[in-house]
Amino acid sequence: MNDAAGAALQTAVEPYNEAVVRKFTIAAVFWAVVAFAVGVYIASELAWPALNFGLPWLNFGRLRPVHTSAAIFAFGGSALLGTSMYVVQRTCKARLFGGDALADFIFWGYQFFIVMAALSYVMGFSKSREYAEPEWHIDLWLALVWVLYAVVFVGTLLKRREPHIYVANWFYLAFILTIAVLHIGNNLGVPVSAYGAKSYSLFSGAQDALIQWWYGHNAVGFFLTAGFLGMMYYFIPKAANRPIYSYRLSVVHFWSLIFLYIWAGPHHLHWTALPDWAQTLGMVFSIMLWMPSWGGMINGLMTLSGAWDKLRTDPGLRFSVTAVGFYGMSTFEGPVMSIRTVNALSHYTDWTIGHVHSGALGWVAFISFGAIYYLVPVLWRRNGLYSVRLCAWHYWISTLGIVLYIVSMWVAGIMEGLMWRAYDANGFLQYSFVESVVAVHPFFVIRMLGGLLFLTGALLMAYNLIMTVRSPRTAPAPERLSAGMVAVAAGG
Amino acid sequence: MFLRQDFIERHAILLLVLTLATVAVGGIVEIVPLFTIETTVEPVKGVRPYSPLELMGRDIYVREGCYLCHSQQVRALRDEVERYGHYSLAAESMYDHPFQWGSKRIGPDLARVGGKYSNDWHYAHLENPQAMVPESLMPHYAFLQQNALVYDDIAAHLRANRAVGVPYTDADITNARADLEAQADAQADTAGLLKRYPKAVSVAGAPGRVTEMDALVAYLQVLGTMVNFADTSEEQLRQ
Repeated sequence: MNDAAGAALQTAVEPYNEAVVRKFTIAAVFWAVVAFAVGVYIASELAWPALNFGLPWLNFGRLRPVHTSAAIFAFGGSALLGTSMYVVQRTCKARLFGGDALADFIFWGYQFFIVMAALSYVMGFSKSREYAEPEWHIDLWLALVWVLYAVVFVGTLLKRREPHIYVANWFYLAFILTIAVLHIGNNLGVPVSAYGAKSYSLFSGAQDALIQWWYGHNAVGFFLTAGFLGMMYYFIPKAANRPIYSYRLSVVHFWSLIFLYIWAGPHHLHWTALPDWAQTLGMVFSIMLWMPSWGGMINGLMTLSGAWDKLRTDPGLRFSVTAVGFYGMSTFEGPVMSIRTVNALSHYTDWTIGHVHSGALGWVAFISFGAIYYLVPVLWRRNGLYSVRLCAWHYWISTLGIVLYIVSMWVAGIMEGLMWRAYDANGFLQYSFVESVVAVHPFFVIRMLGGLLFLTGALLMAYNLIMTVRSPRTAPAPERLSAGMVAVAAGG
Repeated sequence: MFLRQDFIERHAILLLVLTLATVAVGGIVEIVPLFTIETTVEPVKGVRPYSPLELMGRDIYVREGCYLCHSQQVRALRDEVERYGHYSLAAESMYDHPFQWGSKRIGPDLARVGGKYSNDWHYAHLENPQAMVPESLMPHYAFLQQNALVYDDIAAHLRANRAVGVPYTDADITNARADLEAQADAQADTAGLLKRYPKAVSVAGAPGRVTEMDALVAYLQVLGTMVNFADTSEEQLRQ
C-alpha cells in the first residue's frame, strides 16, 4: 500500500537536474580554497612587501582583483548558481527549464569566465573598475552566460507545479535580474580595436564614479546580499525543520530591501567632487537600509524558535545561523559608516576592509558553508557528513579567524584615520603618511593570521566533503518535506 | 488586486517586471541628473586631454592596479587639503575614462603628485620604492623599465577616447605618434607638443627607445598640475 503511494508520488514528481548542482557545489568548494589562499598571500604581501618578488604577475596590484573576483564571483557565484538551481527545482516541483545541455553550458561557460578573468588580471589586463575588472570581451561572454542563466531560472518558475513562487526564489530572481542590469550598465565602453583587449569607459570622472559605485555597492546588495538571502530563506528552514518565522516580514523585507539598496552607492564618494545632493541621498538611503536588513535578520534567526537545540548537534546549521548574526552586524556597521562625519574618518582606511570581510567571511562564506554542508549528503545520497567533529572544528577555527581579521582591521583603520587628521600643538599635521604605514604593520600581521585560520577551516571542509563523497552510499535520497516551505507557500 | 503580494507571487512575469521597476528607481533618480545638471562638472581653465605619452602611462597605471592602493581624490577636509593640496575638482577628472578616484589608501593620495618630486626620483622610486622610502609597502616596478612601450596604435587610442567624448582634434590624432616620441626625448623639439598639451613634462627616456616607465612617469608628473589655483578664486571654484 505504502509502496504504491510512493510510486505514484515518484511519477507525479519528475526527477530534478542535480548533476549541475553537484558540479557547482564542487566548484564552490574549490574556488573557496583558491580565493582564501590568494587572500592570505596578498595579506602577507602587505605585511612583508618582499613577497612581491618584483614579478609583475605576483604584484599586489594584479593579485588583488584575483582575490576579490575569486571570492565574489568564483566561490560566491558558484554557490549562488548551484543553490538557486537546486532551490528553484525543489520549490517549483519542476526540472530545470531548457534541458541538461543548457544547464551544463551555463556551468562551463561560467567557469570559463572565471578562469579567463583571473588569467587576464595576472597578465596585465584590467578595466580598473572594482569588482568589474575584466576587459570587454570577457564582459560580453559573461553577459551571454548570465542571460541564459536568467532564461533557465525564469523558465523554471514559469513551468512550476506549485501555485506560489517561494520566497527564496524572489530573492534569487532579484539577484539575477539586477546583476544583469548592473553588469551591462557599468561596463559600457569603447574598445580601441576589435582585436585588442583594451577599452575606454563610456563615462568619465564624477559620472563614471557614481556609475561604478551604483554597480559596486549593488554587487554587494544583490550579488552578496539578495542572492545569499535566497539561500537563507531555503536552507535555514530546511535544516531547522521549522517554517519561516513570518511570511509578512519576508514580503516587507524583500520589497524594501531591493528598493532601498540601489540608492546607497554614493556613500562610497563622500566629500569628493560628486555633487552634495547625490552624497546626501546615498547617506539617507543607506541609513534607511538598516531596517529591512534587520527585518531579514530577525526573520532568519526567529525561524530557529523551538529548534535552537539543533545548534548543538548540527554544526552546518550553526554556520547558517552565525552567518545571519554577522549579516545583522555588518548591516548595522554599514549605515554607521555611510554617515558623512563617520565616513570622513573611515574612508580610505582599513576599517572599510574589515567591514567588507565581516560581511564576506561572516555572512557570505558562512551561509554558503551551511548550505554546502547540508547539500553534499543530499546530493550524493549519504546519510550525513563524514565527520561532524571536523565540521565543528571548521566552525570554531573560522570564527576565530574572522574575529582576528575584523578586530585588527578596526584598530588599524581607526588608527590610520586618526593619524591622518592629527595636529600637533603648533597646528601642523602631526604624522607623515608613511608613519601610519609603519604603525599598522602589527595589525596587518594579525589580519594575515586571521585569514590563514579561515583558509585552514576551508581545507578541513574540503577534506570532510571529499571523505563524505568517498564513503559508501547509504541513503536512498531522503526527501525531507519542509514544513516552512509548505506553510509559506500557502500564505500562512 | 494586481499589486497584492498574493497575486504577484503567483505570476512570475509580473514579479519579474515589478522587481525590475523597483530596482530601477534609485539608479534613475541618482544617475540621470548627473548628466543633465550643468553644475555637476563646471569647466575649469587649464584642464586638457592627456598627451599621447601620458595616456599610455595612464593605461599602465590602470593595468597594474595602482588605484587599489592610491586614491586620486583629495577630499574637501582640512587635513587632506594641507597634506595633499587643493581639494579635487570634478573638472580635473572629466577626461578620465575611467575615473581613478580609488577607494583605499595603502599608499598616499596621488591626485596632486605631479611636480612634487623630480623625474629622477620617480624613476628610482618605481625601480625600488624602498630605496627612496624604506618603510614603503610598494612592489617593485623595475620591469616597466625593461618593457618597451607599445605605441603603434596610439592614434587608435586617441580615436577611442574621442568616441567617448574627449575632445582630441584631428591634428592631435595626426601628430599623436610624433608628440609621444617628442615627450620621451630630452633633446626633441617640443614646441608642437606643448602647444597642444601645455605643461606636459618631458621624460628622459633611454636614447632611442621609449619604455613603459617613461610613459608612467609622464602621467604621474601631470597629475593635479593642469589647473593653476594661484589665478583662480575660491568663488569660481565653488560647486
